[in-house]
Parts: sequence; C-alpha cells; structure tokens
Amino acid sequence: MVQLVGVSKTFGDAAAVHAIDLSVERGKTTVLIGPSGCGKSTLLRLIIGLIQPDTGIIQFDGTQLRADKIDIVRRRVGYVIQEGGLFPHLTARGNILLMARHLGRADTEMRARLGELCVLTRFPENLLGRYPLELSGGQRQRVSLMRALMLSPELLLLDEPLGALDPIVRAALQKDLKEIFARLRQTALLVTHDLAEAAYLGDEIVLVNEGRIVQQGSLADLREKPTSNFVSEFINAQRALVLT
Amino acid sequence: MRLILAFFIAAATSTVAENKVVVGSKKFTESYVLGEIAKRSLSDAGLSAEHRQGMGGTIILWEALRSGQIDIYPEYTGTIAQEILKRSDELTFEQIANELGKAGIGMTEPLGFNNTYALVMLRTRAEKLGLRTITDLKNHPELKVGLTHEFLDRQDGWRPLTQLYQLDPQNVIGIDHALGYAALAKGSIDVKDAYSTDAKISENDLVVLEDDRQFFPQYKAVFLFRFALPEPVISALRKLEGTIDEAKMIRLNAGAERTKNYTRAATLYFDSNTTSTTWTGGESFPHKLARWTTRHLELAGFSLLLSVLVGIPLGIFASRGGAIGHVILGFAGIVQTIPSLALLALLVPLPFFGISVRTAIAALFLYGLLPIVRNTATGLQDIPRALRESAIALGLTPAARLWQIHLPMASRSILAGIKTSAVINVGTATLAALIGAGGLGEPILSGLNLNDHATILQGAIPAAVLALLVQSLFDLLDRVLIPKGLRL
Repeated sequence: MVQLVGVSKTFGDAAAVHAIDLSVERGKTTVLIGPSGCGKSTLLRLIIGLIQPDTGIIQFDGTQLRADKIDIVRRRVGYVIQEGGLFPHLTARGNILLMARHLGRADTEMRARLGELCVLTRFPENLLGRYPLELSGGQRQRVSLMRALMLSPELLLLDEPLGALDPIVRAALQKDLKEIFARLRQTALLVTHDLAEAAYLGDEIVLVNEGRIVQQGSLADLREKPTSNFVSEFINAQRALVLT
Repeated sequence: MRLILAFFIAAATSTVAENKVVVGSKKFTESYVLGEIAKRSLSDAGLSAEHRQGMGGTIILWEALRSGQIDIYPEYTGTIAQEILKRSDELTFEQIANELGKAGIGMTEPLGFNNTYALVMLRTRAEKLGLRTITDLKNHPELKVGLTHEFLDRQDGWRPLTQLYQLDPQNVIGIDHALGYAALAKGSIDVKDAYSTDAKISENDLVVLEDDRQFFPQYKAVFLFRFALPEPVISALRKLEGTIDEAKMIRLNAGAERTKNYTRAATLYFDSNTTSTTWTGGESFPHKLARWTTRHLELAGFSLLLSVLVGIPLGIFASRGGAIGHVILGFAGIVQTIPSLALLALLVPLPFFGISVRTAIAALFLYGLLPIVRNTATGLQDIPRALRESAIALGLTPAARLWQIHLPMASRSILAGIKTSAVINVGTATLAALIGAGGLGEPILSGLNLNDHATILQGAIPAAVLALLVQSLFDLLDRVLIPKGLRL
C-alpha cells in the first residue's frame, strides 16, 4: 500500500528520520511505537505530504508521491490527530461532510454515508448538530474518525488518536477502533507510545528510536527475539509500568 | 484593485463635480464672509455657485485655485506679493496683477479696505504699561506674545518684525487665532497678532500698537479668480470692487461673530447695497444637522469600505510572514503615526487629490487600514498549526482552505479590526472640514473660529453619538457574522 525507501528528513532541532525503509501492508494495522521525539509522527506527516523528504522515495499504491498530485493522494487517505483537528466554526456534521461537499457529492449519498458512520463509530446522530466545543473529548475523536473515513479512504493514518483521552474513554475507543478496522478491513498506520495499545491494535509493530527503525514484527518477536538492548529496555519499562 | 478604488472614489466625489463656480475661503471670519458675499453675488446674477468654507491657509488656497479645484477666493495684496510671488521688494498693484496673469489668475480691483496685520493688546494693560507703539515693546521683553502659526512663519511675519524693531521677547507661543483672543482676555498672553478689520478689536476693547516704522505692507482685499471663468462670472465678481471700506468690513465681521452665521452676515452687505429680496436666509438647524451627518457618514462609510476591500487582502498577504508581510505591516503602521492634519497636508498637493472629498476619503482610508490589516494577519496567524495541517491533509485546495477554514476562524479578529477602523474613521472624519469636505467637522471648525462653544457642540455631540452607534452596530454584527461555534 505504502512504501518508504531510504527516506531521510532532518530539521533544525525537531524529530528527524534517517534512511527509513518501511512497508505498510494492505488490510493490516501497522503500529509505529517508540519514545517521544523518535520521529514516528514525522513519518505520517511525510506520507500525507505535510513535509517533503530530503532523500528517498515514498510510494503510494505503486506510484511515487509528487507535490502536484498530492491532493489526489490526500483524498484517498484519512488522517486523525491527537487533538482531533476539528474546525471549531463547523458543526460535527459540517466537519465530517466538509470534503465530500467540496467534491460536490450528492446529498442523498452523503446522508446515507453519515448514517453508516454514526453506527460504525457509535456516535449518537442527534449530536451531529453540535460544535466541537460542545462535545466531550471521546466524542470529538469519534467525529474526527468519521471525517477521516467519510470518503472511504484506502489508508487511515492515526497520530496518537487516543493520547489525550482519560483511561476509561480510551479503553472503549480502543475496542471500537479494533472492531472498525476489522469490519472495514482497513489498512491503517497508527502512531502510539503505549505498548499495550500497540499490541492490542497492531498486526505489525514497528519500533522506532532516534529516527531509525530498530525492530519490526509481532509483540512476541520483539519480546522473545530482541535485536538490541534498546528493544528489551523499551518493552520491560512498559511492562513494569503495567504490572506495578 | 486599483480599478475598484478609482471607481469608489469617483462615485464618492461625483456629487461635487457639477458645473458650479466654486468659491474658496481661508480659515478666518473675514474670509468666510467675503466668500459668502461672492457666492451670493454670483447667485443673484443667476449663476450656480458653491462656497467651500475655511479650507486652510494661503498656500492651500493658492494651489487649489491654480489647479482649478476652486475658481475664486478672497486674498490680500500684501499676502500675494510676499507669500505667493515670494517677492521681498515693494510691488505696485499693476505689477502684482501682471505677475498673477502669467499664472492664468486674474485679480479684481481692491474691494475697498486695507486689512493689514497689527499687534494688539488689552487697552487697560497697554495704558498701565504706557505702551503705544511697537517700538515701545522693546522695553518689555517679559510680555507674553501669542501668535498665529501662520504669522510666526510668514516671510513678512514675526521674525523680520523682531529684526526691524530689535525686539527680544522671552515668551512667544503659537496659538489659534480665535483662541488667542480668549487668551488675551484672560491674561494668559499680553500681545497677539490681529487683522486691522477684526471685529474683536472693538468688541474686546483692544488697542492696535502703532506700526511706527511701517513694517507691515499694504493688505488690500481683492478677489483672485481663474481667467478661464466665463465672462458673466467675472463681471458679477467685479461689481464688488470698491464697495467695502474698513468700517463696513468691521461691521460685517462683527455681524458674523454676533450671529454665528456667515451667510446672514453676508446679507448685511446686500441689505445696504441692493434691494434683492429673494434671499431666504440660512437653513434650519435640523436640515443642517442632517446634511452634516449624511456627509459625515458618506466620508466614514466609503473610506471604511475601501479599507476593508484593501485591508483584508493585505492582511492575508501579511499573515504569510516574510519580507512582504513586514513591509505591509510596517507601511500601515507608519501611516498610523502620521498626525491626521499632516496626512491631509501631505495629500493636498498631489495631483489627483487637492482640496476635495477625495482627499478626505483617501486619508481616512489610509487611517482605517492598519487595524484591519493587523487584525486580519494576527487572526490568521493565530489559527493553530494542527488545524491548518488538518485542512491541508483533507486535500482542500488553497482557495477552499482560505474561504472555508481560515477566514471564518479569523472572523472575530477581522471584525474587531473593522470595528476599530470604523470608530476611528467616524472620529477622524471631523477633520475633513479642514479641506472643505464637509461633515460634522464643519460646525466644530466654525465654532472654534468664532470661539463659540454652542456651535462646536453642534458638531461634537452628534459625532460622539455616531461613534457610539457605530460601536453598537458592530456589536450586533458580531452575532450575525461570527460563526456560532467560535462564540461558545
């Protein structure tokens, strides 16, 4: 679905990535995990074209990303960020339908899709007229997810989507996300720093540190066949946290 | 954008561009009265005339006459020689007429009085100190001298006078002509400059210090007019030659100050000269107030519209930062620091502007620019990066991002900027009267000139009320224009 080959990006002082090779497989949930500032969000921003790589190639569905064609790719990709990224001057409905309206989709088609999404994300339809500031944090993330799914994207990018939620809401949303991904057979690339979340949602876990991929595989692979000390340390630190 | 600008300015000024003879006058009572007399004579001769009152000082009026923005204005021979022709030698009347002719400007014969400069004091104070002549001032350097700004700077004014009389006063200040009389009466100043036909001289019991060394040149009143004027206009004007002596002018000036009405004072001239009866006198106060207010709103409204049309796009450019953004914000900021009077004075000599409504609107437009540009730029810059990126990541085109996301999100800030500009414009529009553009500044200026508080308030109170109304109107607009989601 998406392939990164030898992608590097350096900034003045922000997170950089070095010679990354990464492949996101169709129908699977790939999770990028690692300490903050390791460059995992940078990878998502590279894929959606918010920033351009210094070197290397990014391919989407077999074609290389180009600046003049990027909007076409963006419309085939859904993007959800930690704060939701909802526009405060638009209602939940306005946010979800923004892009479909821009593309001139038919009203009936949009209404039907909106109904499906409310069921899928367990969002009460009577709240669609509310503005983002009138919704709870969990509701906002559901709206953000609906907006990302509205045009049935081939790829869903989620940048710490549950990072700002309290634990109970977070657990409920993790469960719903897993169901949604399964039902839609959604190709997804998710960024988190929480190992439990990665293990629960991810088919494939990619551990990133200091802008490089350290190890890639299932949680069992990472636990039982760590390729470096960092892998064991990272896993043990999180496991210790969960146990105590 | 330039086309739009030109269109609105043309629309705003088209009302004054008819085929009327335009009479100008300087900013003091006698000039107002002479202007009214000229207008009335032309009307009586069946010619359409308009009087732009109190447009400013000599150079502004002269430039306006030369460029055809006005057709006629009253002037004094001494002022013509010294200030307009810049001649320090004595010129005869014929020489002056010849010189003016080269510029395409004609001069009537003298109207009949000599209004030269004079230094005046309170009679009681002068007698107590034993002062009779300007030479006597030499022994009293402690006296406080308050002079009009024009007299202070004139080539035939204060500086050469002190040189000739070898005066060295310790305390000289510049003060508005009308306010100077009040200062004289209160004793805040002892000596001031005046015109020899000034009604205030007899009213306030002042004495003219004798010009014992004949410093002041002759200041015979005449009308200057453009040669290009139709013959009937010129002959109507020439009927006024030799018909006003000093005593009569003092009486007309006193009439103007007593009745607070220049038009009525001008009728005093005709009442004793002719038997013209069709004159109806001045317009009623409600009618005047309506006229001032309408013009005031036109000035403030058009200029605000221009500020919005230009300011928002500039603000959008400025919000993108970089060199251009700095230049735009810097320019708008610099304009704001120019005093409004100075801005008007800077625009008047430019070819397109001159003494006109255009200039007033242009100045107000420039003043209104900064709040709108700055608020548009900051409003846009304050949009969180995450939201900007979300809009990009959705695949919205740049135009859609601007119209559907950025501008609505910045609407509160932009509207606040427009509100600030509107209130500033309504206040500053009072200055438009200085260049004859009308509005509520007209009574304020007349009142200041006549030292009459009631007349000042006739303009000041409605202007303040207007500013409050504009403020409330925008508070209402906030509710309509700012998206509900941003007001939570």
